Amino acid sequence: MKPFTYERATSVEAAARAAASVQGARFIAGGTNLLDLMKLQIETPTHLVDVNRLGLDRIEKTEEGGLRIGALVRNTDLAADATVRRDYAVLSRALVAGASGQLRNKATTAGNLLQRTRCPYFYDTRMPCNKRKPGSGCGAMKGVSRSLAILGVSDACIAQHPSDMAVAMRLLDAQVDTVDATGARRAIPIADFHLLPGDTPHKETVLKAGEIITSVTLPGPIGGTHVYRKVRDRASYAFALVSVAAIFGKDGTARFAFGGIGAKPWRTAEGDAAAAQGAQAVAEATLAGARTTHDNDFKRPLVEKTLASLYRQQEARA
Amino acid sequence: MTADHVTRRGLMQGGGALLAAAPLASQAQAQAATTASVSKGAPMTPVELTVNGREVHLQLDPRTSLLDALREHLKLTGTKKGCDHGQCGACTVIVEGRRINSCLTLAVMHDGEDVTTIEGLGTPEALHPMQKAFIVHDGYQCGYCTPGQICSAVSVLEEIKAGIPSHVTEDLDKVTFSAAEVRERMSGNICRCAAYSNIVAAIGDVAGEAEA
Ligand SMILES: Cc1cc2nc3c(=O)[nH]c(=O)nc-3n(C[C@H](O)[C@H](O)[C@H](O)COP(=O)(O)OP(=O)(O)OC[C@H]3O[C@@H](n4cnc5c(N)ncnc54)[C@H](O)[C@@H]3O)c2cc1C
Ligand code: SF4
Ligand code: FES
Ligand code: FES
Repeated sequence: MKPFTYERATSVEAAARAAASVQGARFIAGGTNLLDLMKLQIETPTHLVDVNRLGLDRIEKTEEGGLRIGALVRNTDLAADATVRRDYAVLSRALVAGASGQLRNKATTAGNLLQRTRCPYFYDTRMPCNKRKPGSGCGAMKGVSRSLAILGVSDACIAQHPSDMAVAMRLLDAQVDTVDATGARRAIPIADFHLLPGDTPHKETVLKAGEIITSVTLPGPIGGTHVYRKVRDRASYAFALVSVAAIFGKDGTARFAFGGIGAKPWRTAEGDAAAAQGAQAVAEATLAGARTTHDNDFKRPLVEKTLASLYRQQEARA
Repeated sequence: MTADHVTRRGLMQGGGALLAAAPLASQAQAQAATTASVSKGAPMTPVELTVNGREVHLQLDPRTSLLDALREHLKLTGTKKGCDHGQCGACTVIVEGRRINSCLTLAVMHDGEDVTTIEGLGTPEALHPMQKAFIVHDGYQCGYCTPGQICSAVSVLEEIKAGIPSHVTEDLDKVTFSAAEVRERMSGNICRCAAYSNIVAAIGDVAGEAEA
């Protein structure tokens, strides 16, 4: 690990100022992604701003009937929260499908949204990778790409967004609340929060230097049956090959968001609109524009089969 | 870099269920990390911890993981380093009442906090019920993963009691003990010797006694 200096921020504003004023500064929350990458020198921050003790660990109702989730709420606590279990069950389900009990005890809401890809070439510093080293090429494109994305990809990068939680957040139309170094606040719809790779795969979100996430806000509950289905190489403690978050309404409507297949948590209006026509129609609408490699072509049928399984389960419930 | 190399990595990844990347590189890095934490770098930072009920004061390079602080600085070598990347659970300790991977957190981030390691759960003379159960059920072979397994297992029972749901919990509002729950909740602790079935039996025993 490269040397760095460390400070524990005393307020949100001070944290944002500190991170913006030091070149190469980064926030650290749970540290479960950042430290992993620092040990491999994929991330090399010069200064760490610890945001753990800023009181950003509360979950509270909003005036609009929604839920404001502090950026530092641990994944375990969010999954176990009574309101989340009752009104946003898909979020609980997605959270407990991710990582391990130990990791979820540390991992935070903001850190989870910002976790970086699990592309094997991104992780191996001997390999070319446009995301890790802009302009160096993409090792995955013609290499081992089994786990990588098929939607939203570019000629520069086909990395998948690895988060489970973020897929549920996308499904629930969450909004990401931030404060920057000038004290300015903004609320970013989750659909606009993550960037597609394009020519600049190293730019992953719309956050500016020093901009800190303070909370993630959910709109009021929409009812329905909430499910999260994760398909992976083993039953637990593995990243998704394909995951589907879904809410089925009583009237035949449904909404879907996908993990494992997109450069960011994936959801389309076309996919949702096809809900009444069944799994095949939703899969077709969602996968329009998909671009697969020799190694991850299996994700197309896997998306459809996973959806079909959810529909069957839903019919059995009804 | 040869094609052969990519193929081997690919295979390992498939077998390793894509936990993360580069098992080979991680190993090398794990060792490098230990050396790095004693090399010259940023100014030393004071860190105060309560470890197994005892207050300790350390001066640490901020890079020092909680795991290295315990093992290298406090000589509490019960906690093990397997992967150093959050993938194996050998480093599991209980901080402020919750199990975490001590390899993926910095000691400085825990200033003022309470840490329990395997040495704090019980002693050879006064074993913790979970330690006793692991012995009775042969919940290990080489024993390398065992301290992490036991710390994790103790927390798992607490988490079930606290109603924290898991991936296999059918009704999010009804969290009850079962072997399936144990297997899922213990998935962050890998055992190279595959003592899994005996580990599940040991935990079941302690859970049964706690209920009785
Ligand atoms: C072995 C292993 C298996 C895993 N399996 C899964 C899985 O199956 N599914 C899954 O979804 N995830 C998985 N994860 C990833 C895990 O969920 C993430 O590491 C975790 O959510 C990151 O949260 P953190 O708080 O630890 O982030 P950190 O590591 O602290 O930070 C991550 C990034 O977010 C930034 N950041 C943190 N907080 C803020 C803030 N408030 N404002 C602005 N920026 C901020 C940091 O600067 C950093 O860039 C796994 C991880 C490991 C190690
Ligand atoms: S897919 Fe993206 S992250 Fe992976 S090697 Fe290519 S550029 Fe890097
Ligand atoms: S050493 Fe920490 S999880 Fe492997
Ligand atoms: S007992 Fe050998 S690794 Fe588990």
